[in-house]
Amino acid sequence: MALLEVRELSVRFGGVVALDRVSFDVDAGQVVALIGPNGAGKTTLFNVITRVYRPSGGTVLVSGRSVQTIRSHHVIRHGLARTFQNVALFRSMTVLDNVLVGDHTQTRSGWLQASVPLPGAVAAESASRKRALEMIDFVGLGAHAERPVATLPFGFQKRVELARALVSKPRLLLLDEPAGGISHEEVDAMARLLRRVHTDLDVTMLLVEHHMAFVMGICDRVVVLDFGKKIAEGSPAEVQRNPAVIEAYLGAA
Amino acid sequence: MNRIRTAPPRYWLVALTLVFFLGFPTVISSFLASEWTQALILAIAIMGLNILVGYSGQLSLGHGAFMALGAYVSAILAHRYKMDYLVTVPIAAVFTGGVGFLFGIPALRLSPLYLALATFALAVVTPSLIKRPAGLTGGVQGILVLQPDPPDFAREAFAFVTGTAMTSDQWIYYITLLLAVVLFWLAWNLVRHRPGRAMRAIRDGEVAAAASGVNVAGYKTLAFGISAFYGGTAGSLFALSTGFISPDTFPVSLSIQLLVGAVVGGLASIPGPLLGAIFAFFLPIGSNQWVPSQTWLPDQITSTVKNAGPAVSYGVVLILIMMFAPNGIVGLLRSGYVILNRRLRGASDPKTGQMPPDPQTV
Repeated sequence: MALLEVRELSVRFGGVVALDRVSFDVDAGQVVALIGPNGAGKTTLFNVITRVYRPSGGTVLVSGRSVQTIRSHHVIRHGLARTFQNVALFRSMTVLDNVLVGDHTQTRSGWLQASVPLPGAVAAESASRKRALEMIDFVGLGAHAERPVATLPFGFQKRVELARALVSKPRLLLLDEPAGGISHEEVDAMARLLRRVHTDLDVTMLLVEHHMAFVMGICDRVVVLDFGKKIAEGSPAEVQRNPAVIEAYLGAA
Repeated sequence: MNRIRTAPPRYWLVALTLVFFLGFPTVISSFLASEWTQALILAIAIMGLNILVGYSGQLSLGHGAFMALGAYVSAILAHRYKMDYLVTVPIAAVFTGGVGFLFGIPALRLSPLYLALATFALAVVTPSLIKRPAGLTGGVQGILVLQPDPPDFAREAFAFVTGTAMTSDQWIYYITLLLAVVLFWLAWNLVRHRPGRAMRAIRDGEVAAAASGVNVAGYKTLAFGISAFYGGTAGSLFALSTGFISPDTFPVSLSIQLLVGAVVGGLASIPGPLLGAIFAFFLPIGSNQWVPSQTWLPDQITSTVKNAGPAVSYGVVLILIMMFAPNGIVGLLRSGYVILNRRLRGASDPKTGQMPPDPQTV
């Protein structure tokens, strides 16, 4: 059984078909890229998987369980964490606090325990901080833990978001354009970082990306969407040779 | 010992503030003490509003209604059922908190502007709602609340310090101070731990908060409940300190005053509600007493200014604060502290200094 199974998934917004019977699997241990021209439905697919949108048809199974049966804030408890296309950080908070929110599901202390601070809540808090700081170190922002995220450059903000997703110990990480909007050197650094996420933290990844060299460098398999339909799937080399993919990107020859 | 020496400056500020509030009533009149009691009560209510508006990002223009509820629960229990007033305070607080929690559930469905309108409507109808069950609430007649005499230990301690007898007003001041300290401490713990972070995350972005596992609906209603709990406590104490409540004790302007205090003090901060309450309570009083004394002004102008004076000077100060302290008094003090720190030490503050170069670790 694959970690993530997308089955005949369709999403319609009014008359617009954003996704049209798309199917593919992500097996545990893989790094899969989802590519396609703008408007192909990549982010829509992410939003269905994380329960932001409802599908019009088809299902998404996480370890065999339909995400439709999972409440949106419980998706992360089933091992699915994500980042956002244009970075959705909690802008008034520090790097550490942002990552601590990512650790929300790893602790349980409620409002009463936290207000009085009971010993259990204090212990959970310090364990939580330790995990968050380790993850901030892992993404290379150890020196910036106490800074407000809004003061950080965009490339750093992307790493904060990555740390926030990783601290929840996901099995599957959904990355929406991890290399989007950052400089050339930062793209290389991000590729190295994601390779370490895959090998050191043993996280399966599904990523949306436009940067082809980036995709070819870190992915095992590529799924290509165009106008909501899957037009190709295979290894990076296969996909690059596929005439349908070339046509979708460059237009008919 | 070393811990005391290395404590951050804010702990010193807290200690100084505590000493100030503990000692203050021993040097001022009993009447002034009761005014400060009301400022502290306002601070408790504003802290509740701050948790709702500042931390969880839901706007309420009707928090005076929760104060009214708390006040009437206490007054009715004490007056009709002859309960000890101090026992009724926690009952009123918990009851109001429960009502606030329930109010928070339909509030989830409202967009921010409509939530503001709905809470405003609540504030508008509150006086009329109180008048209806006249048998229970005393209608327009209101309810008299007996103020407790200070117990012996407090009386003796106060006499030992000041040499004068402690009045009820002074005793109520100390009860209020104790509750304010406890409630501020609870709020401080709440906001810097997991639940407070979840609330701030919701305020900054609901989708990302939910993706991080935060139960958005749950924490929003929780914020309403906690906020109303604070409002109920404040209302209950308010009835005690004034000794009399009627529907007119809780006009719409009270809700507005609370919001003004929360914003002026500084949203999403712990000292903000205290500073905001002192501002919101004393500025209208101060501007009421402000009378132009220049004799060269024509009488007509003097009388016009006299009539318009309080509202105008209140408005002017509010506008000035909005212009020069967009993050409230606390924001102003913080940035002042940062500037002072940089001037004095010459060191760059970790929050405002130069960006260090990119990390080379990956």
